Amino acid sequence: MDAVQKKSRLKKNINATFVTTFAAAILALFLMPFLFMVLTSLKTPNQIMVLGSPIYPAMPASFTYEGDSTAEYTFQIEKGGRMVDEVISMPEFVGETLDVYSVPMEDGSMRSLALMKGANSASIFLDPDDPEEPPFVWVGYYKGLERPWSFSPSWSNYETVWNDINYPRILWNTFFYAFFTTVGVLFSCVLVAFGFSRFRFPGRDFLFVVLISTIFLPGAVTIIPQFTFFSQIGWVGSWLPLIIPSFFANAYDTFLLRQYFMTLPRELDEAAMIDGASPLRVLWSVILPQSYAAIVAVSIFHIVWAWNDYFGPLIYLSTKMENQPVSVALARFNGMYGRQPQAIQAGALMTIIIPMILFFAAQRFFIQGIVITGVDK
Amino acid sequence: MEQLTHLPKLPSFGSLRKMPPMARREFRNGMIFLIPWIVGFLAFTLIPMVATLVFSFMNLDITDGVLNKPEFVGLDNYITLFKDPQIWSTGATPGSLWVTIRFGLLALPVGIFLPLLLALLMNNKSLRGQNFFRTMFYMPYIIPFVASVFLWGGILNPETGWINRSLIALGMPKDSVPGWANDINWVYPTYVIMGIWGIGNAMLTLLAGIQSVPTDLYDAARVDGAGSFASFWNVTFPMISPVIFYNLTLSIVGLFQYFLVPLVVNQGTGRPGGATFFYNLYLYKTFFTNQDMSYGSTLAWLLFLVILVVTIVLFSTARYWVYYASEK
Repeated sequence: MDAVQKKSRLKKNINATFVTTFAAAILALFLMPFLFMVLTSLKTPNQIMVLGSPIYPAMPASFTYEGDSTAEYTFQIEKGGRMVDEVISMPEFVGETLDVYSVPMEDGSMRSLALMKGANSASIFLDPDDPEEPPFVWVGYYKGLERPWSFSPSWSNYETVWNDINYPRILWNTFFYAFFTTVGVLFSCVLVAFGFSRFRFPGRDFLFVVLISTIFLPGAVTIIPQFTFFSQIGWVGSWLPLIIPSFFANAYDTFLLRQYFMTLPRELDEAAMIDGASPLRVLWSVILPQSYAAIVAVSIFHIVWAWNDYFGPLIYLSTKMENQPVSVALARFNGMYGRQPQAIQAGALMTIIIPMILFFAAQRFFIQGIVITGVDK
Repeated sequence: MEQLTHLPKLPSFGSLRKMPPMARREFRNGMIFLIPWIVGFLAFTLIPMVATLVFSFMNLDITDGVLNKPEFVGLDNYITLFKDPQIWSTGATPGSLWVTIRFGLLALPVGIFLPLLLALLMNNKSLRGQNFFRTMFYMPYIIPFVASVFLWGGILNPETGWINRSLIALGMPKDSVPGWANDINWVYPTYVIMGIWGIGNAMLTLLAGIQSVPTDLYDAARVDGAGSFASFWNVTFPMISPVIFYNLTLSIVGLFQYFLVPLVVNQGTGRPGGATFFYNLYLYKTFFTNQDMSYGSTLAWLLFLVILVVTIVLFSTARYWVYYASEK
């Protein structure tokens, strides 16, 4: 390898390190809320309010004495201006939880010590690392000392979410909603996409443009009569106004499936047609077996969409809390616990955990599905 | 969206009757498969749209849960609409339409350029682990928006969030840190940040577009002496302009309807100081809170017309800057 080649390789490596580090830094900022969510959801309300508390879930350190010393110590400390005897009997402290403080020592070092007896001018401390050593007197005001933090996650926030919004029921509702609308979308969009991709007839392209233009149509211009109608026939408060429309095809998923079907060779379905297969038969036996990837992509997109859907369930189920899916319930939970970040973050985590698992399990289909729709725009 | 720049014609009934039997069968079979969508389009789109228009010329009031006798009131609702201080700015108080546009002026550039910059970064040949970065930058897109609003809202909480705690730790006085969602000067940037996880889809479609550019075009540009910016501007940009156009149109349409974030974050109150009283929030409240169907419908049609005009203007500019390879 000559010097020029070596130099260019070095330059390449430096570039790679620089660009990759830059991307990693942006990614870290971009995903920072996830770390915030996990750490905050494990904190206690007390910790949240303390300025300068650690970012990891922690509690002020404490120490539980479990020694078997029978010793008794007598100390002289100043109380109210005169010296008094203070007796420390070790057996009395067995099982007792003592607050730990950061205590400055005479030699300038700091030690974490457990407080046994506190007074204004002097206090008695025990060394938690060496509890069988006799306690000793520290002169100073212990309430002015800081307490060190020790790592201590609290799981009670998840319990709060689980109980207060009836999480099992909410989760079941969301599954139910996602499942039935996905069935509806697959059923209707496959049929419509087949119609748009495999038949040539006058007016088809016009209808396709109408279908696509509904993507740009503001929902506000249809929602008032829709809501009024569903309210008149008594469907408000039930799942029906959310599920039934999914059986009538939507533009996004039809577009994705149509783009995919167009890439499939026509020879096979033409051969089947010549053999006398009906169009439905061709769709079922020829097209669908080749469209596994697109079907999975549409299903996952739709499940994620249903998990995310907020507006529909909000307007149709606002009076029926027991029927609400997780997004609406989370917003309601936020109304109840708005001033308690640790509860909100626990609720958010319980909302996103399932779509995240689904995403990481099926990311290949996600990316593929986006590319199918993306390239032909 | 190649067909969208010109509208194909709907066939006349005469031409359908003259069709040969084969073509007629093809027509019948094709239409049968479109039935679910056609029925849905009529029931959930076209008829409600017309009904909204009809409602806007009527007087449909609900008192004590009972609908009063409906009457046609002509243009009354539209006259009210054009004098409504909740829509149009009067003096110093911003109307909801201006609130919406002002927020859009901040959010739109971010929504267009950030995914493009990220896609270019992902496409950089010096980047290691492209698939990993691509997946991770996309991933937050699938987080339910209510949850992502609370996650970013937690980080941006004025008292307990990491950002303000860091600012204080860096020495900023406690009373001069931003109030984020409660601060009239910071509420729009806060909303933009809360929406930042929505860029994944645009980033991936742009990246797919960039990667589908044939390499010989870049080679040709290099031979012509183009630098990296010139080759982006003259090769990459035209090739991905349809994706940018699609993202731009969809973003604008979405921004005119923006209201779920203010509804969740500021409880739809318009706080602070009316800055988050968006147009669609006003519409939502008119119908769902005040139960005024007629005026709600009038507001909906104004929204529709505004979006329609903006979309038409946008589409008419398309032929100057959007390049369609399929126009053979």
